[in-house]
Amino acid sequence: MPGNRPALADEDASPRAASRLMAAAGPASARDPAQPPGLATRATAPADSPGFAAGLRPRAARTGRRRGKAFLRLISPVAVLLLWQLVSGLGLISSQRLPPPTQVWSTAVSLVTTDSPAYGTLQGALIVSLERAAVGFIVGTVVGLLLAIAAGLSRIGETAVDPLMQMLRTLPLFGLIPLFIVWFGIGEGPKILLIAIGAAIPLYLNAFAGIRNVDAKLGELARVLQLTRRELVAHIVLPGAMPQILTGLRQSLGVAWLALVVAEQINVNAGLGFMISQATQFLRSDVIIVALLVYCILGLLTDWLVRILERRALSWRRSFVAA
Amino acid sequence: MASQLRGSVTRLAGGRIELDPSRPGSGTRRAVRVRGLSRSFGPDLVLDDLDLDIAPGEFVALIGRSGSGKSTLLRALAGLDRSVSGELDVDGTVSIAFQEPRLVPWKRVSDNVCLGLRAPSPEAKAAAALGEVGLADRTRAWPLTLSGGEAQRASLARALVRDPSLLLLDEPFSALDALTRIAMHQLVLNLWQHHQPAVLLVTHDVDEALALADRILVLTAGRISHSCAVSADRPRDRNDRYLSALRSRLLAELGVDREGKI
Repeated sequence: MPGNRPALADEDASPRAASRLMAAAGPASARDPAQPPGLATRATAPADSPGFAAGLRPRAARTGRRRGKAFLRLISPVAVLLLWQLVSGLGLISSQRLPPPTQVWSTAVSLVTTDSPAYGTLQGALIVSLERAAVGFIVGTVVGLLLAIAAGLSRIGETAVDPLMQMLRTLPLFGLIPLFIVWFGIGEGPKILLIAIGAAIPLYLNAFAGIRNVDAKLGELARVLQLTRRELVAHIVLPGAMPQILTGLRQSLGVAWLALVVAEQINVNAGLGFMISQATQFLRSDVIIVALLVYCILGLLTDWLVRILERRALSWRRSFVAA
Repeated sequence: MASQLRGSVTRLAGGRIELDPSRPGSGTRRAVRVRGLSRSFGPDLVLDDLDLDIAPGEFVALIGRSGSGKSTLLRALAGLDRSVSGELDVDGTVSIAFQEPRLVPWKRVSDNVCLGLRAPSPEAKAAAALGEVGLADRTRAWPLTLSGGEAQRASLARALVRDPSLLLLDEPFSALDALTRIAMHQLVLNLWQHHQPAVLLVTHDVDEALALADRILVLTAGRISHSCAVSADRPRDRNDRYLSALRSRLLAELGVDREGKI
């Protein structure tokens, strides 16, 4: 912990920090869950005053407006979908080149229900790809997090790990593919390695920064409470860095999916990428579109999972925002 | 540089400081024994060959103007400053309540109190401690939802749950409003009388020191320039003649005259 600040500087800084914390904690009325956010200045107004009641109305209006906005945002995608259906349905663009949405849907259904010799089933391909991504992502994020802890907690760790990670960061990830093919051939190994490296770097960078940003005063507290190194990591360092670790996790997820798509372009015999390369041979753009949509859905789904994780792990902060 | 090294600081890992029985003068039991403590930041000597004794169960207040080295001394006693020189013996466990409550924001109040607590049933101990400071109904609350006074009481519970033989209080009431501060004074006195730790309260508030302490020390330029016992019974009336006289004397020691001029 970088806690060796001179005590005098500490003495100067602490009243300010204290007043900030006091402001954050606020008066008892600031705890009222019914109070709309963004009205902190009115926190002291009694609940029955007209000012408070008036303060509630804009919130209702705002949620209504937000819902309206969400609806408005649907208009353009739906319009594009309709235009797409129209253009390819009327034969303005040949349906082999751009199959209409209805055909994409029926292709998806048949890929799920029938096990074709050319493509296998969609769910079979999905599982293969998902496994690749999951193994690479888990290996990458675990390694990235461990390296960040090593670098974040000790100067020696930082000196040893950080230069390597910074160098790796500047390396174009997909530029490694030819090298990996030469080194490892075209099996599963290099694909998983590519995904793992892609996932490790954003997580490392964010977690390292997050660990270094943990309040040094809490490090002092840990010393006073005589926490062991393991307790320090588990109770202070990791939870303190959690907001940034989760940001890193979402970035890692994005890179991992991207790496999966690219890695699956190299000589595969199973998975979504295989489905796409088969479809390329048979000029089946509908199958390609289905596979791409599955990639999209996977990306959205996992991002949503991390967001749920975020909400649970950072509930202590939410209580603050809600207060 | 006037930094002197009279002896070595005996300190074990984690800030625990042990009494060396072979050392002369350790025959009478003391909660704190400091000899020739010095600390400098660059050219500035903040603690200058300081001596200090605190008896077990004694309530000592340390006052001084800002920059006089109060917090530096407190941090040295807490084991947070490893760059001091001199002898520093603290008998038993040390706990500290910081100026800002320093609750871990991602741990609920009871988990804050339990943190690092080595006891057979830490949760039960934490619940009891929180009950003592009047926070029995806030044990599951997040620290960020506490008021300033509540947070400081949780911090006190966290310090006391470790059964310290020395409780260090680093201006813990300075950020509280006047009414909350008075309530906190009474709470601290109750807790002190119940648990009997030696207390070192660092404060810049002479009235606070007069209300609470057995003995008041004035720290000037890194040395204890004045020491006086406060023999009035508690609870104390701040308008008491004896305390008023003492206040004037202490303010004079701090360099503030009757008109409030410095």
